[in-house]
Amino acid sequence: MNKTVNQKAWFLVLPVFLLVAFSAVIPLMTVVNYSVQDTFGNNIFSWVGLDWFDEIIHSDRMHESLGRQALFTTIILFIEVPLGIFVALNMPKKGFWASVCLVVISLPLLIPWNVVGTIWQIFGRKDIGLLGHVLVSLGIDYNYAQDMMSAWVTIIVMDVWHWTSLIVLLCYAGLQSIPDAYYQAAKIDQASRWSVFRYIELPKMSGVLLIAILLRFMDSFMIYSEPFVLTGGGPGNSTTFLSIDLVNMALGQFDLGPASAYSLMYFLVVLLVSWVFFTVMTNIDKKGAI
Amino acid sequence: MAKIIFKNLAHSYLPNPKTSGDYALQKINLELEDGAAYSLLGPSGCGKTTLLNIISGLLMPSEGKIYFDDKDVTFEDTVERNIAQVFQFPVVYDTMSVRKNLAFPLRNRGENPDYIKRRVEVIAKSIGMEDILDIKASGLSADAKQKISLGRGMVREDVNAILLDEPLTVIDPHVKWQLRTQLKALHEKFSHTMIFVTHDQTEALTFADKVVVMNDGVVVQVGTPQELFEKPAHTFVGYFIGSPGMNIFEVDIVKDIVTLGDIKIKLKSSYKNLTGKIELGIRPEYISLSEDSGDMQIEITRTEDIGYHKIIRAKHKDMKIDIVVKEDVKITKEMKYISFDRNHIFIYQDGWLIGEKEVKGE
Repeated sequence: MNKTVNQKAWFLVLPVFLLVAFSAVIPLMTVVNYSVQDTFGNNIFSWVGLDWFDEIIHSDRMHESLGRQALFTTIILFIEVPLGIFVALNMPKKGFWASVCLVVISLPLLIPWNVVGTIWQIFGRKDIGLLGHVLVSLGIDYNYAQDMMSAWVTIIVMDVWHWTSLIVLLCYAGLQSIPDAYYQAAKIDQASRWSVFRYIELPKMSGVLLIAILLRFMDSFMIYSEPFVLTGGGPGNSTTFLSIDLVNMALGQFDLGPASAYSLMYFLVVLLVSWVFFTVMTNIDKKGAI
Repeated sequence: MAKIIFKNLAHSYLPNPKTSGDYALQKINLELEDGAAYSLLGPSGCGKTTLLNIISGLLMPSEGKIYFDDKDVTFEDTVERNIAQVFQFPVVYDTMSVRKNLAFPLRNRGENPDYIKRRVEVIAKSIGMEDILDIKASGLSADAKQKISLGRGMVREDVNAILLDEPLTVIDPHVKWQLRTQLKALHEKFSHTMIFVTHDQTEALTFADKVVVMNDGVVVQVGTPQELFEKPAHTFVGYFIGSPGMNIFEVDIVKDIVTLGDIKIKLKSSYKNLTGKIELGIRPEYISLSEDSGDMQIEITRTEDIGYHKIIRAKHKDMKIDIVVKEDVKITKEMKYISFDRNHIFIYQDGWLIGEKEVKGE
């Protein structure tokens, strides 16, 4: 077959190239540019090489934020994934109540992040908030503004409330695609409830579940608005997650160089962990028979 | 293994069924012999699958009882009934190997591992999968998956019956024959009661010792393939079985004289007090063609030579008649008369064959 060679065709790629350049490449490169330079204002920059990276990699501040972030993401994944699967398994499959459940379950997903933060900020206040006031009158020492434990519990409950729905919806969609014959066959084969889950529901859900876990990992790892509105990263630094810390550094202290190095490291961590997640989970899926 | 008995069994998917149209399954009284091969034959939506699911316990009937031998199992679940069922579309457990799939029902019953191993190998051999026992089931073709489903149905030795719900739908035509033969062989080997649901008459007639024909939720006839062909108990059986089906004409009968349009035919026996819709049925195989005389004058519209016999499509005014003749009969334009074999004329009242009891020879 003869290939037609026409170099002018490259011009047709140009619009897309420009679009991608402006939306992704140029902003990212700006960050890369900042990360290897230092400035004292007046738009004068000086080359510092990888000094900022070196500083960030060895800074306790980033290590602590990263630790808090990892702990937070791990906790919410361990709560939201099983809870989401459990709720999806117990939702009605069809009829009026299925629609009602779907709408109710979806509601938290429709609320903007900072509004969720505000809702819980007021909900948890011990003077006027329903939750805070009730807990305090029950004699529980609850104060998310001063007590680290309270702050963490509130943020985790808030995230579970906000995002479990996503896992429920995705799993529910996966479950709905299983033909009745599978359940009937399992009954005929005298399978236990656990076996039905293990050998029918879980394998059929695994595709959407993988997406759900990835989405929840990435989103929770980059969480900003909700804890920012709720606790502002406090008390102390106890709920200062990576993005809050980063914004403080970049916009609060205007340390552009270290902040750029920080955000690139951050980006690489998210990318790496997502890749590991994806590879491991698709391999489990493909692995030989059990 | 057990005899399966239905007593006044009926089912409706509606909470308060009133008319007979509300029932997916009309009242049934039937006994299925232990160890026999049955077919449930009928068009889509006639209640075959409903009946099958009632037998296996996936569905509780809204009325009546079902017994295994003397034991009332109406409200027992599938585990207690110990029934195997194979579905229209293959069901395999994707994450398991072929071996694990076949062993699954046995493992769920907590059988001894040595026994499971031996039994799985026997079954694998009979479905021709002994070489691929350890590969994952999810990557196999639909044929192979359905064979696994069949194997899983066959693996428990003590099941009361094996129910097959149109199991050959997804199978390629040439494999279909092979699988059906295999099923038949498995039936002979293990002699489980088998109930095979299908809407394909060839499948039903070749598989079963006895065929249960259903239409609109009613069991219209139970009989051997021979009986269904020779003496259809309902006009539905007449035209559903046989290719082409029975010729059915609406007629008037006074004593032993049938009036069919402008034709009068004298029957062997005479009938009294006939009410409702009266029909005459005769199989195309029992109509003969002639050049000079007969019961009715016809005009041949088309001849289809299908190898081992010929199908003649003919008409008398606007009445259509099918005739089947042997391959060696020569069809000529002069063949203008047909005769009905009196021994194979059946009279139906509102669809049902008028039984010997009502026939009053004079």
